[in-house]
Amino acid sequence: MQKIAALMRQKAQELLSSGQVQQVAAWRKGQLAYDNAPAVFTSPEACADLVYDEFCPANLSKYLLAATKKKLKTAVFLKPCDTYGVNQLLKDNRVQREYVYAIGTPCQGMLDIKKIRAHGLKGITRITVSEGVVQVETVYGTQNLPQRDVLLDKCLQCKGNAYMIADTEIGEKLATPEPRGDAFAAVKRIEALPPEERFKFWQQELSKCIRCNACRDICPACSCEQCIFDNPAAPVAGKAFADPVEENMFHLIRAYHVAGRCVGCGECARVCPQGVKLGLLNLKFMKDINTFYGPYQAGSDATTPAPQVTFTQGDVEPSAAGQKGRS
Amino acid sequence: MLGEKVTVADKTAAPAPFEPKIVAFCCNWCSYAGADGAGTARKQYPANVKIIRVPCSCRVNPLFILRAFQRGADGVILCGCHPGDCHYMTGNYYTRRRLTLLMSMLNFMGVATERLRVEWVSASEGARFAEIMTSFVEQITALGANVKLRDLRCKK
Repeated sequence: MQKIAALMRQKAQELLSSGQVQQVAAWRKGQLAYDNAPAVFTSPEACADLVYDEFCPANLSKYLLAATKKKLKTAVFLKPCDTYGVNQLLKDNRVQREYVYAIGTPCQGMLDIKKIRAHGLKGITRITVSEGVVQVETVYGTQNLPQRDVLLDKCLQCKGNAYMIADTEIGEKLATPEPRGDAFAAVKRIEALPPEERFKFWQQELSKCIRCNACRDICPACSCEQCIFDNPAAPVAGKAFADPVEENMFHLIRAYHVAGRCVGCGECARVCPQGVKLGLLNLKFMKDINTFYGPYQAGSDATTPAPQVTFTQGDVEPSAAGQKGRS
Repeated sequence: MLGEKVTVADKTAAPAPFEPKIVAFCCNWCSYAGADGAGTARKQYPANVKIIRVPCSCRVNPLFILRAFQRGADGVILCGCHPGDCHYMTGNYYTRRRLTLLMSMLNFMGVATERLRVEWVSASEGARFAEIMTSFVEQITALGANVKLRDLRCKK
């Protein structure tokens, strides 16, 4: 990973000093060993701060929205799963291709600091990964953990190491984590419950929501300039007004707005400070779309029309959805 | 009646039978005319149905439906032209996809999907319009008041 980071730094400096791009979206070192944050670099000197390791889960594709608006050619480092987001933004005409310089960046799965801490580790100073083993150095000593146990949830549904869009690639592709069985297993488990149990489950799950809007802000499919949830006159705008129905409504509408455009990057669930199982709602829509309208993966290219903006004459009727969606 | 003594409602008397509130979103070009047709043909359907005219069934944002439920509707019915007959050529095909996904999601969240119905009613089907509305009102009356999707703060 350090080798990759060095190559990235070099590439970023090259692009900036040659004037090929005006800015570079990447990650900057945080205060701790595991809190790298997305950052935009505008000069070759500043690129000294650029880092890349197993704690760079953020999908940078949404930074391209601002880049397009400011008409700044932007180089963006994209892990394989992030490339889907860029394609989706291109398809939605929210980002113009001429302002994008996509750099495919290898990934072997990102780690979840919460899962590492759950092993009782404190005072973490350094974390390195090699061949499926995570070595955690702490002020109290060193401990090895199996990588699979501490991967982010979204990395357990990895879509592989292929880039959907890339102008250039950094280094060699790495082996990504094996996806965990059926991606829709969790959805099917809930579908199998009786309606009352399902209602209770969602009531409990969604009442955790504090309406911080992080799920919306991170989502590469949520790219409206004016968002319905920013309208202070709408009761859906804030938690202070919320009752259980509003919570249902916020989450239902959020998931509905990205149905057919959600690339399944899992960022919404990752950034949720309350641990709401947001991904389930998106997965349900994906599963329904696959069942009703044939297999579809948003963001795998920038041209195929989304299922919600197309139709066939023999589409399934809404009345059948209650039963068919459950199979 | 004039001169008759007005009595205060007796609290021990049986409560008034449940009268559902139904919101019907009707496409201007088909079912709204169908409702007119039902009227001119003197076909009766329950007065619980409140019609909202929309220019096309695909004008109906899923949020409209959820909002109707939230603000006290016990049932929502969306009527559009038969697939293939849309005044704007393709509007109702999009409606069909949208509502299919919405229905499936409401079901997933454990909300009774019987409260929401989508029907295709043409302008000439006045009698059918009255039949559909009658059966939907019966269905909702049997289901009772909507609690799950309703903002209970609205209830005095």
